[in-house]
Amino acid sequence: MTTSEKVGSNIREANAEAIRRILEAEPVLIDVVPASEAIPALQEGMILHAGPPIDWGNMCGPMRGAVAGIAVFEGWATDLAEAERLAESGAFRLNPNHDYGAVGPMTGMTTLSQPVLVVENRAGGNHAFCTINEGLGKVMRFGGNDASVLKRLGWLRDSLGPALGAALRAGKGIELKPLVARGLTMGDEMHQRNLGCSSLLLRTLAPDLARTVDDRTALAEMLSFIGSNDQFFLNLAMVMGKAIMDPVCDIESSSVVTAMSRNGTDFGIRVSGLGDEWFTAPVEMPVGLYFPGFSADDANPDMGDSTIVETIGLGGFAMAAAPAVAGFVGVGTPSSAADFTRTMGEITLTQNPEWTIPALDYQGVPTGIDIRLVVETGITPTINTGIAHRKPGIGQVGAGVVRAPLACFELALKALATRLGVR
Amino acid sequence: MNKASDQPKGDAQIKEKPVPQSLLNGPPQVINLGLASFADELTKQGTAVVHVDWSPPARGDVELANLLSKLSE
Repeated sequence: MTTSEKVGSNIREANAEAIRRILEAEPVLIDVVPASEAIPALQEGMILHAGPPIDWGNMCGPMRGAVAGIAVFEGWATDLAEAERLAESGAFRLNPNHDYGAVGPMTGMTTLSQPVLVVENRAGGNHAFCTINEGLGKVMRFGGNDASVLKRLGWLRDSLGPALGAALRAGKGIELKPLVARGLTMGDEMHQRNLGCSSLLLRTLAPDLARTVDDRTALAEMLSFIGSNDQFFLNLAMVMGKAIMDPVCDIESSSVVTAMSRNGTDFGIRVSGLGDEWFTAPVEMPVGLYFPGFSADDANPDMGDSTIVETIGLGGFAMAAAPAVAGFVGVGTPSSAADFTRTMGEITLTQNPEWTIPALDYQGVPTGIDIRLVVETGITPTINTGIAHRKPGIGQVGAGVVRAPLACFELALKALATRLGVR
Repeated sequence: MNKASDQPKGDAQIKEKPVPQSLLNGPPQVINLGLASFADELTKQGTAVVHVDWSPPARGDVELANLLSKLSE
């Protein structure tokens, strides 16, 4: 066997192990606790954000808006202006969620007093964390930071978070893979459409919530909040993805992508055989549809840790399951949705037999992005995404599709070759 | 009238070749590789084309293609 054949053989074996860990993962929602409890490394003045590392000076408008807002929420500043001055002076420690076992949608703010969903991967023995979805409209994940946004965060911290935690601890936890499997048959792809899974989750949670919340008015408010938010499950899909992929992060020689994420300025990927190193390139602008009164001129470049769902074969990779999304984000007819999924099959190593798509005769979702296939074909991952206004404090202005920049994968391929002694 | 001695001999002997009648007599049957614009032009002229979406590995980047070769079995 030549050296090159040996390298190729090692990659094949490493990737087989990566796929095994992905497919055998057992993610279970077990709790909701304050982030300070889930992530002991979180300190006062520390803010976890979406995407690869970025400092205040390079942050986009909505990310800055969220940083300022969460600083006020945590009591580190009396108002937004003071928060911005403190951020400018370097008073806050800014770190990626991914470095702390966490993920967050869009701006992805995670700080110590916020409640986080806790998912345990019972196959890998690891845990992952994500804040609770705030709902639609003006919200912090899209850069919103006014009093209404902070009030809602306070309610999540003081009411819904503790109640969800108590309800989950009263039960045996909620297995997420079967839920997603059913969601795929109900038209969800788990990024831009979570209607089926949000409904299934509410149906599962409601009895234990009713047993643990004594105040009927408070209970009704919680059920109404979850029931009126079609994207409530998005954060669960994300934290499930993080719990699935973290055990895949350290397999020598593997060329499988373990994370894709964006901070509104850069797009970054991580690759199993390269550990926690980020490979970044300028993030691209989504193509999509805008809410009335907004246009592409208002849009911020793509943002958020939510691309973890594409990393596990959902979102844009599972578009065939959600034809309505193709129309919603304006990238094609519903009948063309299957083309997205078939194309993603060109850059992945296998299909997930537990997550199947009826419209594709129950083929599994394309799973295990191989950087070699991306570079060879030039086909980059398709990502379904929300679009934030480029100015802080406004919020979501549309939804669309964005492609991961090819340069990330080319950089990672060169780094993997160097790591394996290939020139 | 040809004599037998007038014919080429041995390996040099010319055999009657089949004429590709179908290629010239019927409509062309086209498979296009790579640039879609070639297929588009033929389609505009009413010619049926099967287009294969193909591009050189790594978009023709020699360094990356070389690494890909070595990172595969």
